[in-house]
Amino acid sequence: MSAVAPTKPSTYLQVLDIEGNVVNPSLMPNLTDEQLRTLMHKMVFTRIWDQRAIKLTRQGRLGFYAPVGGQEASMIGSEAATEKEDFLFPSYRDIPQAVWHGWPLYQAFLYSRGHQHGGQFPEGVNVIMPQIIIGAQIVQTTGTALAFKLRQEKRVAFTYIGDGGTSQGDFYEGINFAGAYRVPAVFVVQNNQFAISVPVALQTAAETLANKAVAAGIPGIQVDGMDVLAVYSAMKQAVDRARAGEGPSLIETVTFRYGPHTMSGDDPTRYRTKELEQEWQQKDPLVRFRNFLQRKNLWAQADEERVIEEAKTAVNDALAKADAYQKMTIPGLIDSMFKTLPADLLAQRAEFDS
Amino acid sequence: MAQLTMIQAITNALDLELARDERVLLFGEDVGQSGGVFRATDGLQKKHGVHRVFDTPLAESGIAGLATGLAVQGFRPIAEIQFFGFVFEAMDEIAGQAARMRYRSGGRYSCPIVYRAPFGGGVKTPELHADSLEGILAQTPGIKVVVPSNPYDAKGLLISAIRDDDPVFFLEHMKLYRSFRQEVPDEAYTVPIGQAKVVREGKDVTLVTYGAMVHTAEKAAEEWAKTRGIQTEIIDLRTIRPIDIETIVNSVKKTHRAVVLQEAQRTAGVAAEVVAQINEQAIYYLEAPVLRIAPPDTVYPFAMIEDEWLPTPKRVLSGLEKVFSL
Repeated sequence: MSAVAPTKPSTYLQVLDIEGNVVNPSLMPNLTDEQLRTLMHKMVFTRIWDQRAIKLTRQGRLGFYAPVGGQEASMIGSEAATEKEDFLFPSYRDIPQAVWHGWPLYQAFLYSRGHQHGGQFPEGVNVIMPQIIIGAQIVQTTGTALAFKLRQEKRVAFTYIGDGGTSQGDFYEGINFAGAYRVPAVFVVQNNQFAISVPVALQTAAETLANKAVAAGIPGIQVDGMDVLAVYSAMKQAVDRARAGEGPSLIETVTFRYGPHTMSGDDPTRYRTKELEQEWQQKDPLVRFRNFLQRKNLWAQADEERVIEEAKTAVNDALAKADAYQKMTIPGLIDSMFKTLPADLLAQRAEFDS
Repeated sequence: MAQLTMIQAITNALDLELARDERVLLFGEDVGQSGGVFRATDGLQKKHGVHRVFDTPLAESGIAGLATGLAVQGFRPIAEIQFFGFVFEAMDEIAGQAARMRYRSGGRYSCPIVYRAPFGGGVKTPELHADSLEGILAQTPGIKVVVPSNPYDAKGLLISAIRDDDPVFFLEHMKLYRSFRQEVPDEAYTVPIGQAKVVREGKDVTLVTYGAMVHTAEKAAEEWAKTRGIQTEIIDLRTIRPIDIETIVNSVKKTHRAVVLQEAQRTAGVAAEVVAQINEQAIYYLEAPVLRIAPPDTVYPFAMIEDEWLPTPKRVLSGLEKVFSL
């Protein structure tokens, strides 16, 4: 069974079941023990950092934040299948992928607070600012993938959007252009089943979001987004396929966010039942993968504790670095509008110079 | 030197820049094999190849988004929007994305994109082809907006736009595409963005305008000089964002009267901004308020009444008359 063949509605591509047993050995990605441990390391790290970020937001030490707890397999499994030279267009929730792709954590925190330096990605870090306009990242990803194709670079552009985002015109336009030009792009739809309070059934009558790929004539695949190995496997095949010049793919990861939509006042108890939340807690990607690794003697309690400490230290260090970063100034902002400032802005800058 | 129409001057500028810089790409609906609905890109795909000049699916946001994605990887895209009225489809990618790219990334990424779009009235187009929507773009920080009124400026400004390291919207008035010819140098040259031009010198009143209205203004000024002996100084803005206020203020200091003429509706366009700038910088030189001459604030008219809706030389004259009778 090929991971990139269009799937039947409502079937998940799965490698591990919720107990961490391998149910589909043919899809098992070819990963070393060390790579498997790294996946777990990143997921635990991200879970801790998410919990810290939520607290820090409540304390007013971070600004805009969209929780990711529950989506670790979807985010980390997919990013891990890309190479450093591949270019990432994240949405506002996809901070973990951006960080694991090279965005320094203190800059992610500055982005959260609303500081320009947050989006000043270091040279060689192939990431762009998280996209707030839902869908814009899709058409832009196609443009960047076309750039790679025109230059005959073996690079892939990849991007993320949520279930609600698949209703946007730009979502369709982007995947359709990508198909027409056969560019090296991978579009990941993270279906966490709610767009703020609106359930996916209110977005579309389509049985799966992966099937939307059919409208663009590109392969679509639906995976269990709580299964890091399934996500990695699907993403790896799509990335390889793109790199080989075979065109774009759409991957739907079926997942769940344990927290609110963002920390800006959303209350999930208004639209989600306790039963539904409990059902998805049982599918926790960390529990499942931990079981799998422990059975192979690849993960111990000591490993877990070490990563937790490491994550807490990294968050504290990043916060300290963000706190120490120089404040923005209005002349500084004006200077960053154009390569060469036009006369009108030069005049306005002078007003703030004193 | 050759006698070129504005559309030939545009094609020539595109051709020269495609040849000069391999990062320049040209794309849009029907711009490739067909050479564009107005033939602005005629022969360019054949000469520069399908990887440099290519057709796109019919979706303006997709086109503009493609430009953004190419630009952040170092290409210099020229994206055509078939008619300016279709810009609404692409507004997020232009105003919400490309115009903000340098700022939001602190200079890490930039969008050296030129968006080309035909617009303008007087040729009886169907709905949403002729609308003057330049005011919307002129209110967007991060983008420059250029509106040439003749072949010479069109070539020089387009070359400047392509070489600019930030997004430029380049608006081509349909009525001016082939309405007259002008001497245009064969080689590449630039006309600076952000610089207006005094196209007729006069001492009695300043008439600030742009696009096809430059020619309407000239007709009115001619008539005015003949019948009344009043000398009108006409300023062609050429760039409507940023506005060359220095040239305007210098003229107003000389004439002490000013009128702004535009094809866009009264509260659209950039006339109000010009008036405000004159008020801020030259009010003590004014003998009368600065007036606007513009079409009424209706939706762009049905083709059959277009000629009455658009400012005519006669309406310009009565506008000028007013600043002398106040």
